[in-house]
Amino acid sequence: MIHRLLEWVGQTPLSVSLLESLYVWSLVETTHVLTLAMFVGAAVMMDLRLVGVSFGDVPVSEFTGRMLPWTRLAFGLMVVTGLLLFYSSPLRYYYNLFFRIKMLLLVIAGLNVFVFHTRIHRRLQEWDDDDPPPAAARIAGFVSLGSWALIVVAGRLVAYNWFDCGIQPQPGWVNWAAGCILEP
Amino acid sequence: MDDIPWHEALFDTFEATAIGTVVRESIWAFPIIEAAHLLGLCLMGGALLIVDLRMIGIGMTGRRIHELSRYARPWLIAGFLLMVLTGVPMFLSEAIKAYFNRSFWVKMITLPFALLFTFGVRERMAKNEELQTSGRTRLVGAISIALWFVVAAAGRWIGYS
Repeated sequence: MIHRLLEWVGQTPLSVSLLESLYVWSLVETTHVLTLAMFVGAAVMMDLRLVGVSFGDVPVSEFTGRMLPWTRLAFGLMVVTGLLLFYSSPLRYYYNLFFRIKMLLLVIAGLNVFVFHTRIHRRLQEWDDDDPPPAAARIAGFVSLGSWALIVVAGRLVAYNWFDCGIQPQPGWVNWAAGCILEP
Repeated sequence: MDDIPWHEALFDTFEATAIGTVVRESIWAFPIIEAAHLLGLCLMGGALLIVDLRMIGIGMTGRRIHELSRYARPWLIAGFLLMVLTGVPMFLSEAIKAYFNRSFWVKMITLPFALLFTFGVRERMAKNEELQTSGRTRLVGAISIALWFVVAAAGRWIGYS
């Protein structure tokens, strides 16, 4: 089902011309990388504050309040350009092991943001100036640092075809994890 | 070897170094170093932007420029060192490709200006504890972002040609 759908998406004229374009694809990817540096960079600075390593005198609300519009803008551009890259070659990414790892990690990072926002951040006025912040906030900071670092690494490795379904033989777990459909 | 200019011969020498050879002949080395290079980029990007945006008068405007710059500086330096540490082996592994790559030269010519500007002009300005947002700080913040933007974008573009 998903395979058929993505196959169809990959054959739409826009997808084909994006993939075959001389500069547009590269421009989209460059934007993806630069907004990534902006978004992950800002997130890392905030995480350093949350885990109690740096920015001790700066209230957490400076990061979650005044910095937020810029982080959101970068995140939005990163998602849009990421979707465009996926759209240019949906099947290739769908069956790419690193892409799948990256998506899993994104879910973890997203859940972490959700928990931080709905639980820890809600009582921010109680600990805005605390250095180090309460344990729950420190854990959220560590989870964020770890997941985003791994997302960046996995994202970079998506470009390599070591584990692609077309390159066989692969260990069984690789074919399983990448969802390869093998011809008998 | 006699008919190539000395600077091209120099890049041949870079490519023949032990580190360059090891990275070039390994399947995993280049991608892993490249990923670490990106992590350094994120660290630098965050440390730079927090201060540059503040100088422009946006972002964390509740705190002084001096204070943000003092906190961000070690991370900026750490990010930069990580980028150099990973960038040099990548360069050595494909020095000849880099020599003929326009983006590489754009990056390497802009880089010293960006470094000089950020550490020589911006950080010196931010040493002033009383520094407030003004036309001058806005200009400095904008130039810093522009210079590093060129370095980063040209850096990504090296891989496309």
